[in-house]
Amino acid sequence: MNSLILSTATRLLLPLMLLYSVFLLIRGHNEPGGGFVGGLVAASAIALIKFSSGLERARAALRFDPITLVGTGLLFAFASGLLPLVAGMPFLTALWWDQKIPVLLKAGTPVLFDLGVYVLVVGVVLTMIFALSEE
Amino acid sequence: MSLLLVLPVIIPLFTAILALLCWRHINVQRGIAVVGASCLMVAAVTLLLTISDRGIQCVQVSNWQAPFGITLVADLFGAVMVVLAATSLLAVTVYSLGSVGRALEAVGYYPLIHVMVAGICGAFLTGDVFNLYVCFEVTLVSSFVLMAMGGERQQIEGAIKYVTLNLMASAIFLAAIGLLYGVAGTLNMADLATVLANEPRQTLVNSIAMLFMVGFGIKAAVFPLFFWLPASYHTPNVAITTLFAALLTKVGVYALIRFFTLIFVGDTGLTHTVLLVLAGLTMITGVLGAVAQTEFRRLLSFHIISQIGYLLLGLGLLTHFSLAAVVYFMGHVIIAKTALLLLSGVTQRISGTSELKELGGFYKESPLLSVVFLVPALSLAGIPPLSGFWAKFAVVKASLEAEQYVMVVAALAVGLFTLYYMLNVWAEVFWKDRPVDHPVVAKAPLVMWGPMVAMGILTLGISFGVDPLFQLANRAAFQLIDRQEYIRAVLGGAL
Repeated sequence: MNSLILSTATRLLLPLMLLYSVFLLIRGHNEPGGGFVGGLVAASAIALIKFSSGLERARAALRFDPITLVGTGLLFAFASGLLPLVAGMPFLTALWWDQKIPVLLKAGTPVLFDLGVYVLVVGVVLTMIFALSEE
Repeated sequence: MSLLLVLPVIIPLFTAILALLCWRHINVQRGIAVVGASCLMVAAVTLLLTISDRGIQCVQVSNWQAPFGITLVADLFGAVMVVLAATSLLAVTVYSLGSVGRALEAVGYYPLIHVMVAGICGAFLTGDVFNLYVCFEVTLVSSFVLMAMGGERQQIEGAIKYVTLNLMASAIFLAAIGLLYGVAGTLNMADLATVLANEPRQTLVNSIAMLFMVGFGIKAAVFPLFFWLPASYHTPNVAITTLFAALLTKVGVYALIRFFTLIFVGDTGLTHTVLLVLAGLTMITGVLGAVAQTEFRRLLSFHIISQIGYLLLGLGLLTHFSLAAVVYFMGHVIIAKTALLLLSGVTQRISGTSELKELGGFYKESPLLSVVFLVPALSLAGIPPLSGFWAKFAVVKASLEAEQYVMVVAALAVGLFTLYYMLNVWAEVFWKDRPVDHPVVAKAPLVMWGPMVAMGILTLGISFGVDPLFQLANRAAFQLIDRQEYIRAVLGGAL
């Protein structure tokens, strides 16, 4: 399927969607949003490339193997649980950094956890979409 | 200490993540899987030794105090279960190197079995009902994939039955959790134990207890909810069947034991009598089903069900001695069963079939294989001095003490039938000559022999080490029946 309208629109939409997904990720801190929805939006951005320009382009745009993203996301989330153990606190205890950061507002292990969810969701959704479109 | 309690969950999880990151490098995945399983083994044994030394330990995950946060608790029973899970995982992982094959390994076999065991260990260690549900789901989702892996027609059929019934069980379990929360206002197990002790609406509590019994009963393959098990367990790869048979139903039994020793003990006249009746029926239907089977793994699947009956019997009696019998029985059945299922995989590899009729001649060809069969088979049938004899002896003695004579007769009769069909398998697979139209098709690699022989030796080990092991089981049972130590360990000075 080659649609000029879709491929032109994709070029415009792609950065917006990716930015929006990051916005959702950070917003999820205290308000509705978070890694899961953010990841879904990012994955749909890549899926849009697949529909407009084909599977190969989408894979190239992602750069990583989706399965690797699944592993990496899990690793981030896992690390956020392990860090408090290093500090001598129970597994998964939330550690917060005192300093406020302009965009993130507050940094701590829950942010890392959310980032892990984000990467994981992108990986899982794209693994499924790529597998289905290879059929 | 805080670390030791979470290790049985995070080691398999971390192993799975690493294996995922090495998706395309199967040899690396194999190495990671074996190292991960070995580390889990070490952590599990350390945990058991620590608990045995210092009593029940608990950790409040993410530092929210009980009963509000999620508690991980390890008592002796839970720690013993973790050790057994680690043992089966290690045996099956090594065995898989030879038996699973590239096709399954390339689609994430190793990450999946480790995630499944992470869920199982979580279920054994959690002190929170909802967290138990989550651990069940983690286990189930990975088991769904493992069950359907390979995608053969017969497998998909088995997987559909398995998935449908287990999802129903989860739904019932979840509904029961909702009701329980509505009645008690807490889901922390230790807190529930104290709250429900003062709950005036016993009928309501009983109905919730029954819902839990149905939910866990489906998962544990208790009569009359066991049909999914023999319909599905023989379809996936042998390594997967072994892991399922050794651990999955036992998680259901574990949950039943935890709930009906810690939480629902307000009206034992009702709940535990129902458990006793179910135990008897489960034993008998399981063993009769097994007698009628002509396929090696289907026979062993039915055999799992009859053994679940014995475990429930011990729980239903709810005496100190009967619970000790259950703990020892659990160890015995997991180890001996793993040995037999691994063996069925070796015979299948060598003969290319698992129909009893088409097998044969192994006595002549391989005396070692014959010995490895006889030890766990006779043990499961309850021949002294093997572990099964002590396990059944203890269960029967407990039933006699409780004056449950019907159960005594049922337990003894089931033992006799087990002996009958084990000898039948012996005659078919080992004694009879190999059928001419089914010659030897392949050799079983050393990595398949190793774990099988090791589990056989372990069966002998728990048979001759019955004295110290039963003492351990005794102490575990004491913690189960006493309850106070568990509650104190979790809630401490909080309430």
